[in-house]
Amino acid sequence: MSSIRLDSDDEIEQLPPDIAAKARALLMSLVRPHLRMVVFLAVIVVLTSVLLVIGPVFIADALDQGIPAAIDGDLAPLIRAITLFVASAIGSAILAFTSTRLVGITSQKILYRLRERVFTHVQRLDLGYHEKSTSGRLVSRQTSDMESVQQFLSYSLFETALALLQMIFIAVTLIVLDVPLAIVVFAGFVPLFFITRAAHSTQRSAYRRTRTSIAKVIVHFVETMGGIRAVQAYRRQPERRGTLSHQDARYRDANTDALRGVAWFAGWTRLIGNITQTVIIVVGAWLVIEGWTQIGVLAAFILYLRRFYGPLDELVQAFNLYQSASAALEKIAAVLDTDPEVVEPERPRSLPARGKETTEAGSTGAGPQPGSGRTLDLDAVRFAYADGPDVLPRFDLHIPAGQIVALVGATGAGKSTLVKLVTRFYDPSAGRISLDEVDLRDLDDGQLRSSVVMVTQESFLFSGTIADNIRIGNPDAGDEDVLAAARAVGLDSYIRRLPDGYATDVKKRGGRLSSGQRQLVSFARVFLADPDVVVLDEATAHLDIPSERLVQNALATVLEGRTAIIIAHRLSTVEIADRVLVMEAGRIIEDGTPDELISGTGKFAQLHQAWRDSLV
Amino acid sequence: MISVRPLLRFWPDLRSRIGVYILVLVLTLLANGIQLVVPMITGYIIDGPIAHRDLSALWWPVLGVLVIGIAEAVGMWARRMVVAPVVAGWEVTWRSRLFDRLQYTSVAIHDSWESGQLLSRAVNDLSMLRRFFAFGLPFLLSTPIVLAVGSIILVLMQPVFGLIMIIMAVPAIIAVAVFEKRYRETSRRSQDTMGEITTDVEESIQGIRILKSFGRSPWAAARFSLISQRLRALEIRKAKLDSWLWSVLLLLPTLAQAAIVAVGTWGVVQGWTTVGTVVAAVTISMVLRMPIEMLGFLLADALMALTAAGRYWEVIDLRHDITDADGRVDDDPEVGRYRGQLSFEDVSFHFSDTDRLTLDHLDLRIEPGQTLALVGATGSGKTTLASLVPRLQDVTSGTVSIDGVDIRTMPVNELRHLVSVSFEDPILFSASVAENVEMGAPGADEEEIWEALEIASAKDFVSRLPEGLDTQVGEQGLSLSGGQRQRLALARAVIGRPRILVLDDPLSAVDVDTEDRVQRALREILPDSTTLIIAHRPSTAALADVVAVIDGGRIAAQGTHEELLESSPLYRELMGASAIAEAHAQEGGRA
Repeated sequence: MSSIRLDSDDEIEQLPPDIAAKARALLMSLVRPHLRMVVFLAVIVVLTSVLLVIGPVFIADALDQGIPAAIDGDLAPLIRAITLFVASAIGSAILAFTSTRLVGITSQKILYRLRERVFTHVQRLDLGYHEKSTSGRLVSRQTSDMESVQQFLSYSLFETALALLQMIFIAVTLIVLDVPLAIVVFAGFVPLFFITRAAHSTQRSAYRRTRTSIAKVIVHFVETMGGIRAVQAYRRQPERRGTLSHQDARYRDANTDALRGVAWFAGWTRLIGNITQTVIIVVGAWLVIEGWTQIGVLAAFILYLRRFYGPLDELVQAFNLYQSASAALEKIAAVLDTDPEVVEPERPRSLPARGKETTEAGSTGAGPQPGSGRTLDLDAVRFAYADGPDVLPRFDLHIPAGQIVALVGATGAGKSTLVKLVTRFYDPSAGRISLDEVDLRDLDDGQLRSSVVMVTQESFLFSGTIADNIRIGNPDAGDEDVLAAARAVGLDSYIRRLPDGYATDVKKRGGRLSSGQRQLVSFARVFLADPDVVVLDEATAHLDIPSERLVQNALATVLEGRTAIIIAHRLSTVEIADRVLVMEAGRIIEDGTPDELISGTGKFAQLHQAWRDSLV
Repeated sequence: MISVRPLLRFWPDLRSRIGVYILVLVLTLLANGIQLVVPMITGYIIDGPIAHRDLSALWWPVLGVLVIGIAEAVGMWARRMVVAPVVAGWEVTWRSRLFDRLQYTSVAIHDSWESGQLLSRAVNDLSMLRRFFAFGLPFLLSTPIVLAVGSIILVLMQPVFGLIMIIMAVPAIIAVAVFEKRYRETSRRSQDTMGEITTDVEESIQGIRILKSFGRSPWAAARFSLISQRLRALEIRKAKLDSWLWSVLLLLPTLAQAAIVAVGTWGVVQGWTTVGTVVAAVTISMVLRMPIEMLGFLLADALMALTAAGRYWEVIDLRHDITDADGRVDDDPEVGRYRGQLSFEDVSFHFSDTDRLTLDHLDLRIEPGQTLALVGATGSGKTTLASLVPRLQDVTSGTVSIDGVDIRTMPVNELRHLVSVSFEDPILFSASVAENVEMGAPGADEEEIWEALEIASAKDFVSRLPEGLDTQVGEQGLSLSGGQRQRLALARAVIGRPRILVLDDPLSAVDVDTEDRVQRALREILPDSTTLIIAHRPSTAALADVVAVIDGGRIAAQGTHEELLESSPLYRELMGASAIAEAHAQEGGRA
C-alpha cells in the first residue's frame, strides 16, 4: 500500500520541464540586486588570483636570479624578490579577509531574501494549494533545500570564480614562461571537457533524487511527530519506522550515487592532472638538458602545475555543490512558480465608507463600536473543486447589513464551502459574491481581511505567549485591549491560573490549554479584530454548555451591528440568529426566522425538536 | 579546552565499520603524503639527471612520479567510493534512531519541544554530521600527520627549514585557540535558530487558515523576518570569524616560505645547502600550504559537527519514561484476557513545570461493559484523565488499573492493545481510509472496516468518496471536514471491538442527529466494551450507564443522568438544564 502512496506523491513532485531555466533565472534575480558587490568581489577575485599566481614568480625569481647573484655577492635581487613575495602574501591575506567577509554577508543577504520570498509567496498561495500540499514539503523547501543553496553560495560561488580566474592567469603565465610546456598542459583539457560534460548529467539526476527523497522523509517525520498521540495509542511505531526506512533508503541510495559520482569525477580529474605533470617533467627535463629552458622555469612550472590542478579539485567540489544547489533551487523555483488561484486585484476597489468608522483604527478599545455591518450578496454562484462535481449548484443569497444568519445542515451539505467562498478562501467557479456591492475579487485583500473575519474549526496556536496569540486578531492592540477581549469571552479566569498568566508560552505548555480554551482564544481574536462580517465555522463545538453560553452571550454583544454567518451544529447557537438557512446538497431548503421555522413542519422543526429532546 | 564527547559517542558506529573507515583514513593520508613525495623526486630530478644533463637517469624517477600520480588518483577515487555508502548509511541510521527515540518518548516530553527543533536535528544536523564523517574527520585526522611528516622531511633535508615551519605553527595555534570558543557559541546559536525557523515555517503553513482569515500573513512574514534576520546575523558573524582565521592561516605559510628562500639562499652562499634542496623545501612548503589553509575550514566544520552532535544526543538522551517493566517497549507483546474493569484510585496528576494539580486525588471506577460519561467544564482535566488510560502520560501519584492490575506493570503495548482511543483533534495519517481505520485492529478485513464505519456513522460518506475505502486522506490526501475526520478517527477506535474504549469528545464537530445515531450504535454493537466518553451534550450523557462530573480535578458527583439532574446543581448547570428550564418558562409565557 505504501508504494501506491509514494507513487502518487511522485506525481505531486513532478517539476515543469523548463524548471532548470527557471531555477537559473531565480538565481540571477537573487544576485542582481548585489551586482555592485559582485563587481567589487570580482575585482578582489582578480587581485587575489594575480597575487596567488605572482607569488611563485617571485620565488622562481629568487631561485633563478637571486641565489646566483647572492653567490656573487649581490644581495639586492634576492632581497627584492623576497620582499615582493612577502608583500604579495600580506596582500592576499588582506584580500582573503575581505572577501570571506563580503561573501559571507552577501550570500546571507541573498539567502535572507530568498527565504522571505518563499515565505511570503507560500502565504499568498490559496487554500486550494495548501489543502493539496503538505506542510512537510514546504518545510523541506525552507530548510533542507535552502541549506543546499547556502552551501553553494557561501562556500563555492566565490571559490569557483577564484579558481577559474586563477587557472586563466596561470595558463597565461605558463605561456609566457614557456610555450611548448604550456601546450602539454592544455592538451589535458580535452579529456577534462568530456568528463565534465558526462558528470553534469549524471550528477544532476542524482542530486534531484536526493532533494525529492529527503522531502519525503521530512513529510513523514513531520506527520509522525505531529500525530504522536495517535502513533503511540495505536502502536504505529513499527509501521512508521518501516516507512521511514523505506524512504530513507531511497535518500541514502541517491546520496551514495551522488557521492560516488563525485568520486569518479574527482578521480579522473586528478589522474589527468598527474599524468600531465609527469609529461611536463619529462619534456621539461629534456628542454633543460638541451639548454632551451632554464631550471627555474621548470621549477616554476611544476609549482604552477600544482596550483593549476589544485583549483581543479575545488572546481570539482564547487561543481557538485552547484549541482546540489541547483536541484534545490529547482524545487524552490517550482514553489515560487505556482500562482495562487485566488489573486489580489490589480486595481483594488475600496468598500464604501459607511458602517463602522473605526474599522481601520483598530485600537480604539476592545469594546466594539456598533455599526451597521455590511451587505453580502451571492449572485448565481456555482462552485466545484478542481474537476469534481458541483458542490454548490447555482446559489443566490442576499444577507442585509447587520443580519445574523445561522447555517444548518448535515455534514457535506455545502455549509463549509459557502463559508470558504464568502471569506474568499476560494473564488466561485461562476457567479459573483459581493460585499456592499463590491465584488470580493475586486476588493483590496487587506480591507477584505479586516472586514470579513472567520473563526475556523481548528483553533491553531502559534508559538509565543497567550497574549501574542490573542493579538493575532489585531497586532496593534495594547495589553488592556487583549485583557478586555479575554474577559469578554470568559478566558481571563483561566489565563490567570496559568503559571505566567498572559505571558505563558502556549507551545511549551501546549498540553495545558484544552481545546475548549483554544476555542476561546479564537474568539478573543475576533473581538480584537473587530470586523464588519463575522463567519463562525462550527466554532462552539468544543465547549461545554456553560462556557458555550458565556461565549454566546459575548457573541451576541460582539455581533451587534455586524453581519454574521454562523455554521451551527448546536441549535442553541441559532437562538441569537435573525435568520436560519437550512442547507441540503448545496441548496437552501428552508429560509426564515428561527421562530417561523420552529413553528413550521420542515427539516429545521424536526431538528429543533430532536435537540430539545436531547437536552433533558 | 572543548569537550569532544558528543562526537566520541559515535565511536560504536565508527567501530562497526572500522575496517572501511581505517581504509579511508589511510587513503586520505596517502593522498596527502604522496604530495610530499613528488616534490622530493622532482628535486632529485632537477639536482641529478638535469644538472648532469643525463637523460637516461631520468626514466626511473619519472616512472615513480607517474606511478605515484596514478596511485593518488586511484586512491582519491577509492576513498570517495568507499566512504560514500558508509556515511550515507550512517546518516540514515542516526535518523532512524532519533525517530525511534521520539516515537517512544512520552507525549509530555514531546510537548516541551518545538517541532522544528526536532526536525532540524533530524535533517540539518545529521546531514552536517554526514559531511563531517565523510570529509572533515578523515582530513582533520590526517592533516596534522601530513604536517608533521612534512616538517620531519624538512628537518631531515635541512634542520633549519624544519625549524622555520615549527616556529610558524605557534601563531597558528594561538589563532585557532582564540577562534574556537567564539565559533562554537555562534554555531550553537545559529543551529538553534535554524530550528526556530523550521518551527515558524511549519506553524505558518499549518495555521494558514487563521493567518488568511485574519489577513495576518504580513504579521507572520514580519515574525519570520525577525528570526531569519537573527540567523543572518549569526551566519555573518561566523563568516567574520572565518575571515580572521583564514587570513592568518593563509599568511603564515607564505611567510615561512619567504623565510626558507632567504635562509636557503644564505645557506647556498655559505655552502651548507644546495639549490635543489631549497627548491625541494619550497615545493614541500607549497604542498603544506594547502592542508594548513584547509585547517581553518576543517576546524569550522568540526565545530559545527560538534554542535550538531550535541543537539542529536540531546534527543537521544531523552529518558524513556513510559516503558515496559524492563525499561524497553515491546512492539508486539502477548495480550492477556481482561474483563475490562477500569479504575482510578487516588489519582493525582500535575505537569512537570508546575505544582498545581490538574487531577487531585481522584477516584473513579468503571465496571466491565459499562459506559461512563465524563462531564466537566473546559479545563477541568477531562482530557488529562483520558490520556492516562493508554499511558500517553503517567499519573503523578495513585494508580490506574485494569481488572485490578496496575497499568504501569503491563507491557505498554499490551495496554494500548486493550485500550482504544479517539481524540478531540482527530489525527488521520496520509493513507487510505481503509488503512486509517484498520490501524485500530491490524489485519481487520473489509467487512470489519465497513462495520466500524457504520458504527461511526461514516459509511455513507465513505461510500460516496471518489475511491471509496481506497481514497487517500490525511495531509497528503483529500481534505475532509472536521466532522468527517472525527468519524473516521472514531471508526478506528471502535474497530475490533476493543476491551476499553476512551472517547475524548469524539463528535464535537458533527450534528446532533449523527451523534445520536453513533451513540445508539455504540451501545448496540459494542455492549461489551468498557467505555469512557467525554461529553458536553446532554444527549450523550443521557445514553451512558453512569455519569461522572469532574470539577477541580476530582469527581464531584456520580450517578445516572436523571439522578444527577435531580441532585447536582453543578451538573444541571453543565448540561444547561437551568437555562433550558428558563427558556421553557419563557416560551410558555409567550405561548
